Amino acid sequence: MESMLHITTLHYLVLGAALFILGVVGVLTRRNVVIVLMSIELILNAVNLNLVAFSHFWGGLHGQVFAIFIITDAAAEAAVGLGILIAFFRNKETVNIDEVNLMKW
Amino acid sequence: MFFLSHIWLIPLLPAFGAAVMFFFGRKLQKATVSAVCVGTIVLAFLMACGAVWQYSAWSSTPENFHKPYETILYTWLGTDTGHANYAMHGGTPAAFHADAGFLLDPLSGIWLLFVTGVGMLIHIYSTGYMAHEGGYYRFFGYLNLFMFSMLTLILANNYVLMFVGWEGVGLCSYLLIGFYFHRKSATDAGNKAFIVNRIGDAGFLLGMFFIAWIFGSLRFTDVTSLAHSGRFAIGDPLITAATLLLFVGACGKSAQLPLYVWLPDAMEGPTPVSALIHAATMVTAGVYMVARSNALFVLAPKSMLVVAIVGALTALFAASIGLVQNDIKRVLAYSTVSQLGYMFLALGVGAFAAGVFHVFTHAFFKALLFLGAGSVIHAMSGEQDMRNMGDLGHRIPITHRTMFIATLAIAGIFPFAGFFSKDAILWEAWSREGGAYRFLWYVGYGTALMTAFYMFRLMYLTFHGHPRMSHEAEHHIHESPVSMTAPLVALALCAIVAGWLGWPHSLGGSDRFTKFLEPVFATEAQVLEQQGRAGQVAAGQKEEERNTGTEWLLMGLSLAAAGIGWGMAWRSYRHADKGYTEPIAVAAPPVYNVLLNKYYVDEGYDYVFTGRRKVGDVRLGVLGLGVASSWFDVHIVDGAVNAAGWITRLAATVSSWWDKWIIDGIGVNGPAILARALSYPARAFEWGLVQWYALVMTAGLVGFVFYYVYH
Repeated sequence: MESMLHITTLHYLVLGAALFILGVVGVLTRRNVVIVLMSIELILNAVNLNLVAFSHFWGGLHGQVFAIFIITDAAAEAAVGLGILIAFFRNKETVNIDEVNLMKW
Repeated sequence: MFFLSHIWLIPLLPAFGAAVMFFFGRKLQKATVSAVCVGTIVLAFLMACGAVWQYSAWSSTPENFHKPYETILYTWLGTDTGHANYAMHGGTPAAFHADAGFLLDPLSGIWLLFVTGVGMLIHIYSTGYMAHEGGYYRFFGYLNLFMFSMLTLILANNYVLMFVGWEGVGLCSYLLIGFYFHRKSATDAGNKAFIVNRIGDAGFLLGMFFIAWIFGSLRFTDVTSLAHSGRFAIGDPLITAATLLLFVGACGKSAQLPLYVWLPDAMEGPTPVSALIHAATMVTAGVYMVARSNALFVLAPKSMLVVAIVGALTALFAASIGLVQNDIKRVLAYSTVSQLGYMFLALGVGAFAAGVFHVFTHAFFKALLFLGAGSVIHAMSGEQDMRNMGDLGHRIPITHRTMFIATLAIAGIFPFAGFFSKDAILWEAWSREGGAYRFLWYVGYGTALMTAFYMFRLMYLTFHGHPRMSHEAEHHIHESPVSMTAPLVALALCAIVAGWLGWPHSLGGSDRFTKFLEPVFATEAQVLEQQGRAGQVAAGQKEEERNTGTEWLLMGLSLAAAGIGWGMAWRSYRHADKGYTEPIAVAAPPVYNVLLNKYYVDEGYDYVFTGRRKVGDVRLGVLGLGVASSWFDVHIVDGAVNAAGWITRLAATVSSWWDKWIIDGIGVNGPAILARALSYPARAFEWGLVQWYALVMTAGLVGFVFYYVYH
């Protein structure tokens, strides 16, 4: 049938954007610090998807190499973020991000 | 010339001793205190001997012949320090100088020797006498301070520095009289001494001002040479006024009528103090001052007459009181006043050398009498009333014999010291022309008779007769330790020998003493004669008209007076027993009462001047001036002081209010409040919520993206 859908670069970009938006909304909205960290990972992976899509579009490997870098970076960041989470939990006995409010006036 | 050029060390050594006592005395051992304080005076005496020795050598060289040795340390007040520019009497500007300078000439040399010598012996004596007393270091500190002041007085080269020493000895007299400050009588006596002295000091100061105004200088050398230069007529009224005022000062310090009242009360102090200050040294300061100003007095015959009359009357007056006193030290105090009267009598008739000679001999035998009395009091465990003594002679032999020698000296028995000096004075009084002087001789003669009587009365009541003391006191009687008896013996030797320095020409001697003093006293007589002025002074010194025979007759008469006095005392007191009677009391009881109560002079002064008594409702006292000045002082002067204090408090309150509310309130807190108010909008965004910050960041990012996409 001719109404069969071709998966073009656009579809990848839209998916990437959607994941990005989901991640941002998660960071801004979720109460649990662990979920916020997961949302940050989601944002980074959306960017990876975007980069790989453009790498296929342009035919070079630059996008994919950058994506590898980002994956590494995300891993390190997750480690640090979890460290901060553990420290936070030890102090406050909770993982509610609203409890991080000591820097107010 | 070491001792001469370092003459300023002589006063400084005891000052050093006093300073050591002031700073460290409390912590020192008694032996250290003795060593320091007695040591300084011994050194000062040795230096004094050296200085006088070198001075005689220095002044016998032709270029320095008969000149005084003057050394000036620094100029204290004067035209070259920028002060004291004024016009003298007559209009010329004055070249005024008052320096810290020292003058050594025969007059100050003699004083220097006997002050340091007798002072040294008394310091040694005090180590024994005060050994069991508290405040040992304080006593010696004051004593050394006294020696410093006295030596400053003697060695000063101008009236101002002399006045510094004058005040210093007055201060030390006050401190030492009130040494036993727990006793009210002692502190009262100290106050009395200082206050009466102050009256004299007012006279001295006014006299000094006159001299500064007339002569334009206060240095002795300047004043003397100006007085000798013939610019002033004899009897000049200004100089008469100045010398009378100076004599008022001398009356205060040397206890003449009417300012003698402090000296008997001064016996409250320890006996060495009485010996040193009120017998041998401080009270002679007035005599020294008049002798030093002899050039001025010679120009004012009326003043000299006043001096002579006051001296003679004081001598008679005090001797009469001394006839009946029962306290051993009181007798000696009145004796001192009387002998000082003799000295002023001598100065007043122009016999300056004789007066100084009597000061010299008197220092030895009076100090000996006082120290001996101290030894007696020590033996009697503090008893001073002669009615409770008696028959001490063989129990305290050294004291007895030395006091006997001193009594012979003061009574004027040949060949002891007092005979020569007293006789010289009486001879000079007799041989002056004028009826007034003859009268003064009679007064002096009567005084000599009374002196012999009361002194031998003292001897018999104390050392002879029957014992009248209680039995416990009798058991405690003991001779004093060597530190006390050695000075007694030394002074007794001096009392015997000192008179021989002035062995008169009529008895074949060379009268070395007068010759030594010639540079100070003889010159003005010669100066006046050279200028052809006939005066009582010049007339009285015509040597060739003196009759040696008359002099021998007068000597015999004074020996007779001494003998009569001795005999009367021997008759009345030699067997004095417990209930002995005074011959005067038997013969004329009212006279006895008046004498015993010292002519009621103290009571009189009390009524007239101090105003402690009232007549009816009115408080007497110098015509109410005391009350008026007291009112003025309390209300107006103190009121001004209180007002000044109140104003200061008011200023402080206003200042503190200003500081608290204006400076702190607006200046300091204002910007702080402003900063806080202005920061409200900025603070409104700091909620501390992490996701809110993230949202704001995201919103900003979206804004940037939109901006770049659509432009």
